[in-house]
Amino acid sequence: MTNTRVPRRTGRRHPLMGALLLVIGLFVTGGAYAATSAGIAMAETPPVSQASLIDEGEKLFLANCASCHGLNAEGREAGPSLIGVGALAVDFQVGTGRMPMAASGPQAEAKPVQFTQAQIDALAAFVASLAPGPGMPNPEHYAGDGDAAEGGALFRVNCAMCHNVAGAGGALTEGKYAPHLRDLDPVHIYGAMVTGPQNMPVFNDMNLTPEQKNDVITYLKYLDETPSVGGFTLGSLGPVSEGLFVWLIGLGGLIAVAIWLTARSN
Amino acid sequence: MATKPPGNDITSAMPAPEPSPGTAIVSSDTVANPGLPGEHVRVTDLDPKEEKKAERRIALFFSLSIIGSVIAAVSYVIFPIIPGDMASVRANNMFVGLGAAIGLLGVGIGAVHWAKSLMHGHELVEERHPTRGSEETRQTAVEMFTQANKESGFTRRSLVRNTLIGALVATPIPAVALFRDLAPAADPIAKMKETMWAKGVRLTKDPSGVPIKASEVTIGSAFQVIPEGLAELEHHRLEEKAKAAVLLMRLPVEDLVEKPERASWSYQGIVAYSKICTHVGCPVALYEQQTHHLLCPCHQSEFDVSNHCEVIFGPAARPLPQLPITVDAQGYLVAQSDFTEPVGPSFWEREL
Repeated sequence: MTNTRVPRRTGRRHPLMGALLLVIGLFVTGGAYAATSAGIAMAETPPVSQASLIDEGEKLFLANCASCHGLNAEGREAGPSLIGVGALAVDFQVGTGRMPMAASGPQAEAKPVQFTQAQIDALAAFVASLAPGPGMPNPEHYAGDGDAAEGGALFRVNCAMCHNVAGAGGALTEGKYAPHLRDLDPVHIYGAMVTGPQNMPVFNDMNLTPEQKNDVITYLKYLDETPSVGGFTLGSLGPVSEGLFVWLIGLGGLIAVAIWLTARSN
Repeated sequence: MATKPPGNDITSAMPAPEPSPGTAIVSSDTVANPGLPGEHVRVTDLDPKEEKKAERRIALFFSLSIIGSVIAAVSYVIFPIIPGDMASVRANNMFVGLGAAIGLLGVGIGAVHWAKSLMHGHELVEERHPTRGSEETRQTAVEMFTQANKESGFTRRSLVRNTLIGALVATPIPAVALFRDLAPAADPIAKMKETMWAKGVRLTKDPSGVPIKASEVTIGSAFQVIPEGLAELEHHRLEEKAKAAVLLMRLPVEDLVEKPERASWSYQGIVAYSKICTHVGCPVALYEQQTHHLLCPCHQSEFDVSNHCEVIFGPAARPLPQLPITVDAQGYLVAQSDFTEPVGPSFWEREL
């Protein structure tokens, strides 16, 4: 191979070198920034005493929540009072991204979480310090190791009418809806049952005992982990999606076959 | 020729009578019978190359069918159904089904394509055979009837004939008596007007049957309720549940608008309403705890719990019936009486 006439463009002279350098440069600056900001975040997380946690939570509250819920969480036109809602309600609402709300509307929707878990814990500690309310549950009550069959029976009686028997969610009135319950953090399922967020009714420990709540969580976990035996679920929405499929694909296919059968060969 | 009635034979040269004016049918512009369409010529009839192509295509479908059948048989072995493993059922069904579908569709599509593109394509007209039997057949039938009548004496022995007719008329009478007894022994209308609820019957949780204390129903709660004793019923449990199912809710007292005659039917903001929709009987249990609206999932009837479950949207004709409740000495919620009106959808004998 001779390379006297056309010098090989390798090494530093390669035409792609400029682009590569640019990418390396971006990675280095981005990485350095991430490292330093991670360092800042690390500085925030070390375990703190309860009092300083509440202080931290109050600061976060004043900065992020007070405009709607009031400076003392007493509630305003835009947001309800948070006195007595408890740490669990904060963990659910902020931990699923429902709070802070993106915009006022029929209901607060789940979205990417806006705070770190440490910040959520601080907010929860602050709100819990205002008045007693439902606290964080014992982890064994949402471990998902209960009786799935019993949980299924309770789910069908208490939850399925809104959330769909397969946990696929469903419509409510005037733009509100019951969200789907698939692949959720069990503590949020537990929190929703105890606190009754937004228009969901409250299922207190006398209605569904903590063990029964664990059974319900076990059932939902079973749904998450068990594939549909019947093949495609079409969203588990029941007659709506299945009917649409049968009318469009099934009946449409039959009509197409009938047309083909009777059409003349060209 | 003379035996044929005139008019049936269009060839008989009878002079057509002059049509009377007004009923005359102007026949000058009728559409002429175009006859059968001409022979349809296919590309496979004209071009031997196309014919060869179609032949290969049909063979391809049949070969696909062979492959599909083999896939189905092999998949049954490769993806066995493992007891207890639902995912294995799914894989087995899918691949065996896909293989069998390709196997059957390949044969079907290939055969139809063969018939359409290669087989003899002439169109034939086949006259429908006359429905009237031949004279000979008709004559034989008449003879058989006449002979049977003569031999049995059906028309001659009028006593035998008439008693036979009487006996045949009488045979369905036992059936009437038997089928009549299939109806409910008790008056079915009365059953539609009453439920298991009665004075002092405790409100219990569905499905466990555990009684509910008033103190357990916190604000915003919704309890799915059945009457005490329903969970233990051995017979007609679902029938009773379908009538007696109740939704128990606690509203902030200030949100509750109550008619004076019903003020004693609730307890500190705790109200109990029939869960059976007054439209066509679906269970209404989609409760929104902040708006206090109840939504029926079937036809979107909406009831306002804070205002005696009055209908605010949808096809339901009446508010949901309210169950009058109070607390007993131990603090458990009990019914004051049965519902004061029939629950569920309208029926013919319902007043109102």
